[in-house]
Amino acid sequence: MSSRPSVSEPQMNHSKYLLEFEKPIAKMEQEIQRLESSQVESGRDYADIIKSIRDQLTAALREAYGNLTPWENVLVARHPRRPLMRDYIRMLCRDFCELHGDRQCADDKAIVCGFARLAGQRVMLIGHHKGRDTREKIESNFGCAHPDGYRKAMRAMKLAEKFHVPIVSLVDTPGAYPGVESEERGIACAIAVNLMEMSRLKTPIVACVIGEGGSGGALGIAVADQVAVMQHAYYSVISPEGCAAILWKSGEHAPKAAKALRLTPEDLLRLKLIDAIVPEPLGGAHRDPEATGKNLETWIGRSLRELKRPKVETIVRRRYERLRHIGSFHESVAADNPTKVSKTRSRRRQPAARVITAAQS
Amino acid sequence: MTEMPSTTRRVVDVPEGAWVRCDGCAAMIYRRLLEENLRVCPECGHHYRIDARTRIRQLNDADTFEEFLSDLESSDPLEFEDRLPYKERLAELKDKSGEHEAIVVGKGFVKGRPVIMGVMNPMFIMGSMGAVVGEKVAAAAERAIAEDLPLVMVTCSGGARMMEGMVSLVQMAKTAAAIAKLDEAGGLYIVVMTDPTTAGVAASFAFLGDFTLAEPGAQIGFAGPRVIANTIKTTLPKGFQTAEFMLEHGYIDRIVRRKDLRSEIARLIDYCNK
Repeated sequence: MSSRPSVSEPQMNHSKYLLEFEKPIAKMEQEIQRLESSQVESGRDYADIIKSIRDQLTAALREAYGNLTPWENVLVARHPRRPLMRDYIRMLCRDFCELHGDRQCADDKAIVCGFARLAGQRVMLIGHHKGRDTREKIESNFGCAHPDGYRKAMRAMKLAEKFHVPIVSLVDTPGAYPGVESEERGIACAIAVNLMEMSRLKTPIVACVIGEGGSGGALGIAVADQVAVMQHAYYSVISPEGCAAILWKSGEHAPKAAKALRLTPEDLLRLKLIDAIVPEPLGGAHRDPEATGKNLETWIGRSLRELKRPKVETIVRRRYERLRHIGSFHESVAADNPTKVSKTRSRRRQPAARVITAAQS
Repeated sequence: MTEMPSTTRRVVDVPEGAWVRCDGCAAMIYRRLLEENLRVCPECGHHYRIDARTRIRQLNDADTFEEFLSDLESSDPLEFEDRLPYKERLAELKDKSGEHEAIVVGKGFVKGRPVIMGVMNPMFIMGSMGAVVGEKVAAAAERAIAEDLPLVMVTCSGGARMMEGMVSLVQMAKTAAAIAKLDEAGGLYIVVMTDPTTAGVAASFAFLGDFTLAEPGAQIGFAGPRVIANTIKTTLPKGFQTAEFMLEHGYIDRIVRRKDLRSEIARLIDYCNK
């Protein structure tokens, strides 16, 4: 674990992980770096030039990141330098006490669980970890959990319930692991049980999608009283590639599918499927992990404080009500007037959805 | 995860004509014989997929089934459009199948025992779950609690419905939460898994039964077989993700032939004293 690079160290050195729309941005970043170092070597003052490039850079970032297409947003959510579960543990948690194993067959490294002191509270933290270096990625199957991971998470959550500790869940997975062993050990059953048990756990639960929210594998640890998605994360019923392969008969149509699926945080908020968007620094979480971590901590702290006041019975009742009213449908009226809608329901009655404002950065 | 199992692998309905060639054993079967045999091949026992109305007739005592929430329709929350707008797809399906959605729920009687029953329909976007399916499953669970009746769910689905995006995904949590309520109320919940029961439906209300029965040969699993084959870069073991495979690995209670379903359901109801 100690071999993992620190998140703040690479800062500018992400040229080999560039997304297409980031290339002009990277050029400016390199130019600034070059000028800064030659300034030191030659003793000349390039401050004015650097400042002007910096202004251009900010404008370019604003331009690019202000108008991300849903597909580009997915690419940012998958950025290799994006902070991961263990980065947030390191940045935000004091005294993380990791708990291993599902007590049935394995310790799935794709899901990390443990007690932590976070946002001024004792919490049970659970989350997908994709892995930073190659070894870690392989160990954790790139964040794709087996049934063992979901059962481990459930065990940790039951402990949280027993000892009256709130649960914080960080979601970052392309999906549950699609493999033979996964099916043999009942992946569908493991996720189903988590959904059922999380709907009635007698302790507050908050969940945030920090990167990829890939279908059932994401939802399997994300049934919560407060749900957020980070500004450049996404949450979807199926990967855009998978959707395109089925509906457009080719994975190449993934950008179209990403748009149609309404998987961006703004869309999800508008559809009242989530409660908040956690802002990211200009240029995405990977440009400033520390600031991202602070924003996440702010949201977690605020959500947990809100859940401190009501009785746990009230929280569980509201959680059920909230789930019960998700959906959009109507009763069809006579066939000659199919447009008349007699009843529609949207999921939430209260509290109102909101976007929390960016912490200064 | 929401991959729809190929409909060419096994036709949804028995093809037209007086004689049909069995998908299981390729024998020529007289159509009427197949119908009389509950659409199970008399030669090899291959269980054809059947529509929800046929299933309801097969399982319930004659003329006892009373449907509820029959007119619920999707409001197309995403205004989804692939090669065809979702709204048009729904309207077309409604015309063709006469059904409003991919599940029928109601109250019926199985060998004289009253039950709340839900039956999924493979003819309707592969029995996929959107907001309406989620609502009807939750409502059926609530009705079972209110009337203190057993809930019987006959599952048949490719998973969550892509065209309703995250609204569909969250139906998994909604149905699971409703089943939790039924469980807390001490209600009996019997699941009958039929071909196919996969992805988002498998990973929610289908795998939460007190008892889980499955028809022989039914495809049951989470991820699509092609996705798995791509991941592991090798061919899948024979019989992978079938009812028999699930029985062997401990995830279902019994494999039951179609003709025995009624008596098996009645037997469980009696054992549970419901």
